[in-house]
Amino acid sequence: MRITCPICGARDSREFSYRGAALALQRPAPDAGDDAWADYVHLRENPAGDTRELWYHEGGCGAWIVVTRNTVTHEVRSAELAAEVAR
Amino acid sequence: MVELIAKSACDGLLPKTIGSLTLSEAAPEAITSVTPFRGQEAAVSEALKAQIGAAWPAPNRMTGRAGARVVFSGRGQAFVLGPRIAPIAGAALSDQTDAWASVELSGTGAADALARLVPIDLRPGVFRQGHCARTLIFHMPGLVMHTGQDRYGLMVFRSMARTLVHDLESAMEAIAARG
Repeated sequence: MRITCPICGARDSREFSYRGAALALQRPAPDAGDDAWADYVHLRENPAGDTRELWYHEGGCGAWIVVTRNTVTHEVRSAELAAEVAR
Repeated sequence: MVELIAKSACDGLLPKTIGSLTLSEAAPEAITSVTPFRGQEAAVSEALKAQIGAAWPAPNRMTGRAGARVVFSGRGQAFVLGPRIAPIAGAALSDQTDAWASVELSGTGAADALARLVPIDLRPGVFRQGHCARTLIFHMPGLVMHTGQDRYGLMVFRSMARTLVHDLESAMEAIAARG
């Protein structure tokens, strides 16, 4: 699998490490309630199709990126800097 | 005051010549990491030009010449490989001179030897002179620079110097064995 780092260009997946669903960018408010927090901490989607994930370009430029990936076709559809997604 | 003798990262390990390839230590006078504050890239580039005659590099590129280079070293960061530089307004600087092991691999087939360790396209038409990459060198994160014809600069964290030399030796032996 190859991921196109927005800074370095297309690189082998071994340069990246996986951090899970790109949910950390939508952290609930501190007073959002137990249900919202339980959902945020424990519950994950398991889609057959496009999924958004956080990857860290550890063996490269050190950027956090949001990768949109298709779990059925294994196609990597896009990669954006997490800093810009969160803005 | 005790008199301390400085040891380079690859002291006692290099140089080594295997077949057509030579691996030698190539530690710059100083390594300074430069990280411009938001929106200050242009001003920092001007300051670098004034100090060492090399501009801020684009990603995967380096500017300047041997002995005074500015090398892309990560997101929003570059290394100055050369003389120590004075503080720059608008950027955070840190001295990393002793934190890295710097070596140079040269000779016919240098790119072929590196291709056994580095997961990027190293063909000279793609990874040209003046290009650099933060990537992996076998299992180690490192910095690869194409500094001249059949000539590559490699940097890893200093604690990994012996592993770097070992991995490169293995690759050099494999290339030499092919004849």
